[in-house]
Amino acid sequence: MMQIISLLLENKPGALMRVTGLLTQRGYNIESLTVARTLDPALSRMTIVVDVDAAQRQQVIKQMNKLINVLQATDLTESPAVVRELVLVRIRTAQESRTAVLKEAEIFGGRVVDSSTEGFAIEVTGDPEKLGEFIDVMGSYGEVEVTRSGALAIALEARKLKLQPPVPTKAGEVAAARER
Amino acid sequence: MSQLMSGARMLMECLAREGVDCIFGYPGGVTLPLYDVLYDHHIRHVLVRHEENAAFAAEGYARATGKVGVCCATSGPGATNLTTGLVDAMMDSIPIVAITGQVPTRLIGSDAFQEADTFGITRSCTKHNYLVKRLEDLGQAIHEAFYVAASGRPGPVLVDITKDVLQGQGHYQPVTSVHLPGYKVFTEGHTGQIRRAAQLINEAERPLIYGGGGIIAAGASAELRETVELADSPAVMTLMGLGGLPSGHSNFISMPGMHGSYAANMALSNCDVLIALGVRFDDRVTGRLAAFAPHAKVVHVDIDPAEIGKNRAPEVPIVGDVKRVLPKLNRLLAEFQKSDAGSPAAEKRSAARRAWWHQVRSWKEQHPLSSPVSDTEIKPQHLMAEIDRLSGGEAIVTSDVGQHQMWAAQLIRFGAPRLWINSGGLGSMGFGLPAAIGAQYARPDKLVFSLVGDGGFQMSVPELATISSGGLPIKIVIMNNGYLGMVRQWQTLFYNNRLSAVELDCFPDAEKLAGAYGFKGRSIEKPSELRAALEEAVREPGPYLLNVKVSPTDNVYPMVPAGGAIHEMVLGPPEPVAVPAK
Repeated sequence: MMQIISLLLENKPGALMRVTGLLTQRGYNIESLTVARTLDPALSRMTIVVDVDAAQRQQVIKQMNKLINVLQATDLTESPAVVRELVLVRIRTAQESRTAVLKEAEIFGGRVVDSSTEGFAIEVTGDPEKLGEFIDVMGSYGEVEVTRSGALAIALEARKLKLQPPVPTKAGEVAAARER
Repeated sequence: MSQLMSGARMLMECLAREGVDCIFGYPGGVTLPLYDVLYDHHIRHVLVRHEENAAFAAEGYARATGKVGVCCATSGPGATNLTTGLVDAMMDSIPIVAITGQVPTRLIGSDAFQEADTFGITRSCTKHNYLVKRLEDLGQAIHEAFYVAASGRPGPVLVDITKDVLQGQGHYQPVTSVHLPGYKVFTEGHTGQIRRAAQLINEAERPLIYGGGGIIAAGASAELRETVELADSPAVMTLMGLGGLPSGHSNFISMPGMHGSYAANMALSNCDVLIALGVRFDDRVTGRLAAFAPHAKVVHVDIDPAEIGKNRAPEVPIVGDVKRVLPKLNRLLAEFQKSDAGSPAAEKRSAARRAWWHQVRSWKEQHPLSSPVSDTEIKPQHLMAEIDRLSGGEAIVTSDVGQHQMWAAQLIRFGAPRLWINSGGLGSMGFGLPAAIGAQYARPDKLVFSLVGDGGFQMSVPELATISSGGLPIKIVIMNNGYLGMVRQWQTLFYNNRLSAVELDCFPDAEKLAGAYGFKGRSIEKPSELRAALEEAVREPGPYLLNVKVSPTDNVYPMVPAGGAIHEMVLGPPEPVAVPAK
C-alpha cells in the first residue's frame, strides 16, 4: 500500500541522503519525494510516498525517527491531511481539438501556461488520483509529455513537536560544578 | 581564555576531554597534522597493521570496558578499510568513534589523490556521521560524536575531517553542551506498561527470561540477576548477552538459537511468558519466526523503539533502558508476590512453576552440551573445556567467527559481562585477534585468550606485529581443523558434501611464525598435550601462539537448519547406516 510520510528535518548537508539511503537500505520503494525549506530556513519539510506492506508502516516511521537530523516523522496515510500534487502537461494537438483541450483543462481547474501552434503547456494541481485522470484525458487528444511534482501533504491537526534540550558535555559539567 | 592552536591539536584536546586514553590507528597523507600532534601527546596511539583492525581493536576496547573506543585512519583507502569494523559495531551496538582524514576542502570532488566519499560511503555503516569542513565546527562535531556513540542504543560514529581543518589555526573554546534536537533517547519506560509486565510475569506458569546484548550495553547485570531470582525464572542469554547473567547461575540454561542447547530452545518453544530484555529477536535466535515461542505472551524491553515489534509483536512493549526499567519492574514484582502470597491462585502457580522447572531440568539432562574427549585426536569441544578450566569464568575470551565461536559460546563459562567478545550480528572473520588487542589495552590486568579458527587467523596475521611490538601477553589459541569449518559444515549437510573452496591445506608452522615476530609459539595435536600446552601459554609472560590441531570434520550441534523452527533441532551427526552385504 501507499504510505504518506511527512518529515520535518534539519536542513543540513547529507540529511536528504540519510532519508533516501534509509529507505533503500530497509527495502522500501520510494513512489515520490518532495523537499523544500520551511519558514525556518534551518529546517526542511519532506513529503515521501512509499510503497510498503501495511504491517511495515510503523517500522518505517520508527526508523525515520531514529535519524538524528529528523525532528519529526508523521504517518499521514490515515490521519486528516490534505494531499496535493502539481502536474505540468505539454500536449501536441491538432487545430480542430484545441477548443476541446481547453474545455477539458478548465474542467480540471487547469491553467494554460504556454500556447503555441503545436499545442499547449497546462498546469494542474489537485489530488494525485484526479491528476491521473486528467493526464488520461489529455492523452486522448494527442501526444503528451508529463512532469509531476510528487505528492505534497499537510496535516490538518497540529502535532506537538517534541525537541530535545541541549546536553552538557564533560567540559560543560565541570564548568557548571565550578559555578555551583 | 581561549588559546590559539591547530585543528589537529583541538581535536586531541576534545578527545582528552572525552576521557580517551588510547587510539587505534594508521597514519597517512592527510592525517599528517594529527600525527604530528600525537608525536608527544599523552594519549597513547597504537599502530595497527591494517585499518580494518583499528576498527576491530577499538571495538575490542569498547566491548571490554563499555567506554567509547576510538580508531583513526587516513582518507581514501584508510577510511574504506574501516568500514567492515563500522558495520560490525553497528550490528552489535558497540560505541566507537572513527576519525578519518579527508582531502583539503578545495579539492573535494576533484578526484584528488586518496579521495573517497567517506561521508557518503559510511552513511549506512554508522549511527551518525560528520564531514567537518570548517574549523569552527570541529569541537561540536567531536563531542556530538561521543554523545551519540555512547547514548541510547550505542553505535559507531564517524567524523571525517579535511586536512585544511586539521592544519588551520583557531581559538579553542571548550564545548560545554551538545544540542541534537531530533535525537530522542527513551530511558524510563512507560509506568503502566511496566506494571502490566510485572503482573504478567507474576501470573506466568512457565516464564522464561531471554536476555541479550542490551543487558551488557546497559550494565544491567545486577538488575537482571534480581529479576531472574525474583521471578525464579529460567534464563537464556544470547550470543551477545553471555556473561550478562553468570554462566554458573543456577537459573541460567545456556545460549538459544541455531546452535543453542536443546534445553534453551525447548524452553523458548514452551514458555507461556517470554521476558525479552535488550534483545532484537534476531533470525539466528528465532529460527522460523512464525514458530518461535508460539505459546508465549511477550514482554519486550528495549531502548530502541524500532526494535519493538520489528520481528515479533509483543503483548507488553516497553521502550526504555533495561537498567532503568528493571528496578521498577522488580519493585512491582515483589509487591505483587507479597500481596497474593498464600492465595489459591498463587498456590496453583507455584505448583505449575515447579513442574516447569522440573521440565527444564529434564531437558537439560536429556541433551546436555557435552565435551567429548578422544584418545587419538583433540576434539574441538575438549579444547573449549580446557580453556574454560583455565579461565574459571574470569578470563576475557575474544573469538573469531565460525565453528569455534559456537563451541566456545556453548562451553566456556563467563562469570561476568564484558568477558566474552565476539562479532555476533555481522559475523566478521578476522575480528578475534585485533579485538583481543583492544581488549588487552583496555584491561591490562586481565588474562586474554584470542580464540580463532585457522581461517580467521590468516585474515589477521599482520597484527602479530602489533601484539609483539606492544608486548601484549595475549594467548592466541588457534582451533585448527584445516577447514573453513562452518562453511564446510553447511556444504556437508546441505550441499551433498561437495566441499568447495573450504580446505585450508597450507598453514604456517606456528612456532616459526611466532618466532619470526619475536615470541613463542607451538603446534600440538595430541589430546595428552593439550592441558600442559595451554598452561605453558598462560604461564608465558609475553604473547603466545598456540596452534591446536583438532579433529578435522566435527560439526557443531545442536543445529537448527536455516528456516527451521528452533524446536526442530538436529542433535548430532546422522547415525551410520548399516549397508547390507551383497
